[in-house]
Amino acid sequence: MKAFEYASPRTEAEIVDLLSAEPGKTEILAGGTDLVGLMKKMIVTPDRVVNIMDVPTLRSIDELPDGSVSIGAAVTLDDVLAHPYIDIYPAIKQAIRGISSMQLQAQGTLGGEVCQRPRCWFYRNGDGLLSPDVAEGANEFHAILGNSGPAKFVNSSRIAPALIALDAQLRVVGPEEDEQFVPVAAFFRSPHREGQREHVLEPNQFVSHILLPPIEGRTCATYEVRHGEGPDYPLAAAAAALQFDGFGIVRDANVVLGQVAPMPWISQEAADVLRGRKVDEALAETAGQAAVSRATPLSQNEFKVQLAKVAVKRAILLAAGYETGGF
Amino acid sequence: MTDLKNKAARKSGFNRRDFFRGSGAIAAATALQTQTAEAIQNQSPRVISGETSISLNVNGKDHQVKVAPNTTLLDALRYQLDLTGAKPVSSDGSSGASTVFVDGKPMTASTILALQAVGKKIETVESLGADAVQKAFVKHDAEQCGFCTPGFVMAVRSLLDKKPNASKEEIRGGLNGNICRCGTYANIVEAAISVAKGGN
Amino acid sequence: MAVYSWPSREATAVIGKEYDRLDGLAKVTGAAKYTYDVNLKNQLVAVALGCPHAHCKITKLDVAAAEKTPGVVAVHIFEHAAVGSEVQWQGELLAVVAAESEAAARAGVDTIKLEFEELDVFTEDENLDAAEKAERTGKGGGKTELEREPGDDDDEDEFIEQEIARLFKASKYVVEGYYGIDAITHCCLEPHGSTVEWKDGKLVAYLSTQNVSGTDEGFARDLKLTSDDVEVKCDYIGGGFGSKFAPDYWAVAAAKISKETGRPVKFLLSRDQELKIAGNRPSGYMRVRLGADENGVLTIWDSHHWGTAGYKGGGVSQTVMPYVIRPKNYRRIATTIKSNTAQSRAWRAPNHPQACAMSQTAIDDVAAKMGANSYDVFAANLRAGNVDSQHPDAANTYLAEMARGAALIDWKANWHAHGKGKSRGSIVDGLGMALHTWGGTANNSDCRLKISPDGGVESFCGSQDLGTGTRTVIAQVLAETFGLGIRDVRVNVGSSKYPASGASGGSTTVGGVSESHRRAGQDALEKIFELAAKELGAAANSLEAVGGKVRVKGTDKAISWKKACTLLGLKPLEVTASYKRGDQSTLSSSGVCGVQMAHVEVDKETGVIKVKKFVAVQDQGLVINPKTCKSQIYGAMIMGIAAALYERRITDPKSGAFVNAELADYKLARLGDVGDLVVDLYEPESERSRGVIGNGEPPAISPKAAIANAVANALGVRVPVIPLTPKRVLDALAKA
Repeated sequence: MKAFEYASPRTEAEIVDLLSAEPGKTEILAGGTDLVGLMKKMIVTPDRVVNIMDVPTLRSIDELPDGSVSIGAAVTLDDVLAHPYIDIYPAIKQAIRGISSMQLQAQGTLGGEVCQRPRCWFYRNGDGLLSPDVAEGANEFHAILGNSGPAKFVNSSRIAPALIALDAQLRVVGPEEDEQFVPVAAFFRSPHREGQREHVLEPNQFVSHILLPPIEGRTCATYEVRHGEGPDYPLAAAAAALQFDGFGIVRDANVVLGQVAPMPWISQEAADVLRGRKVDEALAETAGQAAVSRATPLSQNEFKVQLAKVAVKRAILLAAGYETGGF
Repeated sequence: MTDLKNKAARKSGFNRRDFFRGSGAIAAATALQTQTAEAIQNQSPRVISGETSISLNVNGKDHQVKVAPNTTLLDALRYQLDLTGAKPVSSDGSSGASTVFVDGKPMTASTILALQAVGKKIETVESLGADAVQKAFVKHDAEQCGFCTPGFVMAVRSLLDKKPNASKEEIRGGLNGNICRCGTYANIVEAAISVAKGGN
Repeated sequence: MAVYSWPSREATAVIGKEYDRLDGLAKVTGAAKYTYDVNLKNQLVAVALGCPHAHCKITKLDVAAAEKTPGVVAVHIFEHAAVGSEVQWQGELLAVVAAESEAAARAGVDTIKLEFEELDVFTEDENLDAAEKAERTGKGGGKTELEREPGDDDDEDEFIEQEIARLFKASKYVVEGYYGIDAITHCCLEPHGSTVEWKDGKLVAYLSTQNVSGTDEGFARDLKLTSDDVEVKCDYIGGGFGSKFAPDYWAVAAAKISKETGRPVKFLLSRDQELKIAGNRPSGYMRVRLGADENGVLTIWDSHHWGTAGYKGGGVSQTVMPYVIRPKNYRRIATTIKSNTAQSRAWRAPNHPQACAMSQTAIDDVAAKMGANSYDVFAANLRAGNVDSQHPDAANTYLAEMARGAALIDWKANWHAHGKGKSRGSIVDGLGMALHTWGGTANNSDCRLKISPDGGVESFCGSQDLGTGTRTVIAQVLAETFGLGIRDVRVNVGSSKYPASGASGGSTTVGGVSESHRRAGQDALEKIFELAAKELGAAANSLEAVGGKVRVKGTDKAISWKKACTLLGLKPLEVTASYKRGDQSTLSSSGVCGVQMAHVEVDKETGVIKVKKFVAVQDQGLVINPKTCKSQIYGAMIMGIAAALYERRITDPKSGAFVNAELADYKLARLGDVGDLVVDLYEPESERSRGVIGNGEPPAISPKAAIANAVANALGVRVPVIPLTPKRVLDALAKA
């Protein structure tokens, strides 16, 4: 790790004051499970690290007057998992359980999970986030959707698809009392040049809270295709949130894929298939197919198209209360 | 739920006072690159740079250690306190070999900065002393080369603290944050089951 | 001189009984000090710069800034990294920085200015055509064995072609296939390295090594010392698996820096360096055609395999093909490939796992083609004498072990023809098996035994505990010999100053140390009996040492062990004993079989495989400690599951970079991945009477083939290359 200075503020305002407006100069440190490794490998080299774990307001889970649940960005994943408020959002719990490591769950935070850097080995080995070598290189685990630009990596967050499917928002805090509420769906972006972040935050803004709107009768699920046990990232994943009418017909649906594109991938096509229909295996399969209809696999990752399709199908089946038929 | 990306919203319910509070605690922030050392020193006392002496509460005792902001808790434990039970195996914590308890929770010391551990209760494998889990590991031969073993002992201890009567399935599902290369998993499961069943 | 022998099964008190390992408590409490844990006063910590490119010429290596970095004390450039030199693989160490702390050393490394000219890179070891085009191939040898011989007038090459064609034509079934297994790394959890210091002109090296007695010479040679001037110490080693036999140039560098600076130096590789340069197993890929008769008995085998052992070429030896099941007529050819990857090191049963994975899968495909039960096809080949094994009674032993394995995995009830099982949702299950063989001859081993007048027994031996339970095995041998408990003896291993003992490699440790310690024990006991005989008024050869006593056989007449030892007078009794490979001995032997059977489930939609149950039946002659012996086998099975399903070295085809050289990306099996494991130690009197045979390696051979065969049985489709990743499973299903 490069030498840096360390600050451990106690309030949100102090955090903002400690952040630099210049990219790369300061980093937010929460659980450290991603950042510390990146700093050790000199991929991330800030001048100052701002530890947000001692800010009490970022460490609680609360119900807001409108029935939303607010989760502080520095709440650890195991605390999210154990909290009764989250019981009604199984998609979130399934995603956290997928991170099958007690250490990562105890140490990692929800904010950190959403803001983690891509687990792309070109990036992690120092070749940059947008290495031109990816297209014809070792891209087995790279993007199959949204990969026409320079970004071929996949967004690594395992919880973001569920958050998006549930219409969650992020409370973003910045200088001069700037407070914004950003839908998670609008938080991520695909960078076009090296140095650009994978989200819309300014360097001196940070995510303070994750806001889950009331469940309002929706059902939801996350399904990950995982090669094996452990914290390793899934090969493909999907989250679905479904709103049924009184007759088992899908009134509305959100389907979001993970690990397949530089951003969590919102599939309008899959949602369109579901709306107005009754969920069964065939419909879920059709929705899965629709979700990958525009896939453009790279030289080594054609297989991920099938996995993404299955992930969508199984997430929908789970959300509708069915068995997946697979592992 | 149709147009996800264009949904804008404003939430009420956040305590604005929390947000403002403390604003004055730090002198008006200036761009980092223009700051002098003096300016940094005049800032909040919470900004630390260079080597500094801190107190870490490890295994029930306070220890003075010298660390820099980029010193990991693992390095402080291993090099300064000679507590070498927690092992450096992966730089990013993915092996679980550096597992220690921080305020009772299992965390990888390799991905925690020593400064983050100030004021926390750190427990290493050395603190357990002939714990039932350790005895069960020996009885069920759950160690071969033994390099991953302290991390696994801590993980099993933590799992059983949370779920004292854990089932075989819970044990198999709950210990995947650690890696063993020699292949002691089958015996670790047996050791954990024996403790969960009340014996060793 | 005593006649060295083991007591009969009925007469043993300690041998063959389960004991907790003596160093277990040290390992579980964190008290055990590994090389990485040795902190010496005033030590420097060293960190190295690895070469970022897989093939390049160094044009600049400027360490001036590193030397000026705060805390840095010394910078050393390796000879092979001098400007103008060619580096052949990524990760090769170029320079090392020693500093007051690891952080300072790392900071120093980061200031080194390196420039290089990129040279052509080749790492696509599976792609034989590409290797040929890149002129990276070499001859790996071959052999043709045919029952019929050419006539005097025949052209030999022509005869071979015609005879092979004839045999294929006469075969009832012909299988043509492609099989392979990727390169994997040793990935020791404790990386390679050392902590060294100089004391009075002599080097003390705490080295992470599986070769305590052999590495002192390595240091001595490179540092121009005699081996008397070097002590290598290793109380505990965090994994070796065949990769830690030598000091390696980096430990020598640590010694040089230590000498130069007058301070102890700790220098261990980083995780990515460990994976990139400190040990890998060669890859193997094979095209084969084989013929079989109506019972699936192989009549002809014709194979060509290739792969790489690194930048010098090499690969899987052709001598082990086809593996265990070998027909009387075969032709095998190997091609080696020069790849820009570090040279391979011995990996738990060198050549065998790949040979097994490539050839026993092909044999299983004969069963698939016939619609026959794989078990029957393997059995038919064994009965027909199509067997090549190091076990002296191989066919019978395999058949006996297969029957036991089949009972344990319930083969009959769970069997279905390939691809004909019932689906549960998208999940199908399957059974597969494989056979292996290994030598396991005891290694050279010397030991010194000291028996004190107070009855204390202490042994000294330059062996090491690789995780085998060496200390416990030695204690059991001595306790058995003297009629004591295992905690009554004090065992010392882990220093090159002790009598030399062979490296722990080749499944040789337990055999070796049992030989030397039993010999020393029996020699010592003979002397004690001579003294006790007078005291007891009986002939020395009528005495026995049991239950803490020296007793006249068949009587109650006895004196305590302690009392017997007081007869030594004031001076302890010191005995040394030696075993050399090739010595005639009933204490140890070599040549084992082994059968493994796997029951797997495959999700056809995702290609994800889970091991449900996995059975190993293993012979290893006489078992000293069934508990640690079983652990070795569990470990081998688990390692095998990792290699069958998850782990592989992935290189970028263009840059040759080893892209997954971190544990987050180098996927290994986790605890929840291994299913129910069953180990059956096969030890009838016919095996036990052979004496001790090592088992560290044999059970690591079969897992890949057994699991791959189970997957083929489940799917009805062969997934040709191991590890069987979801991508490969789906690709195979898509092609079928």
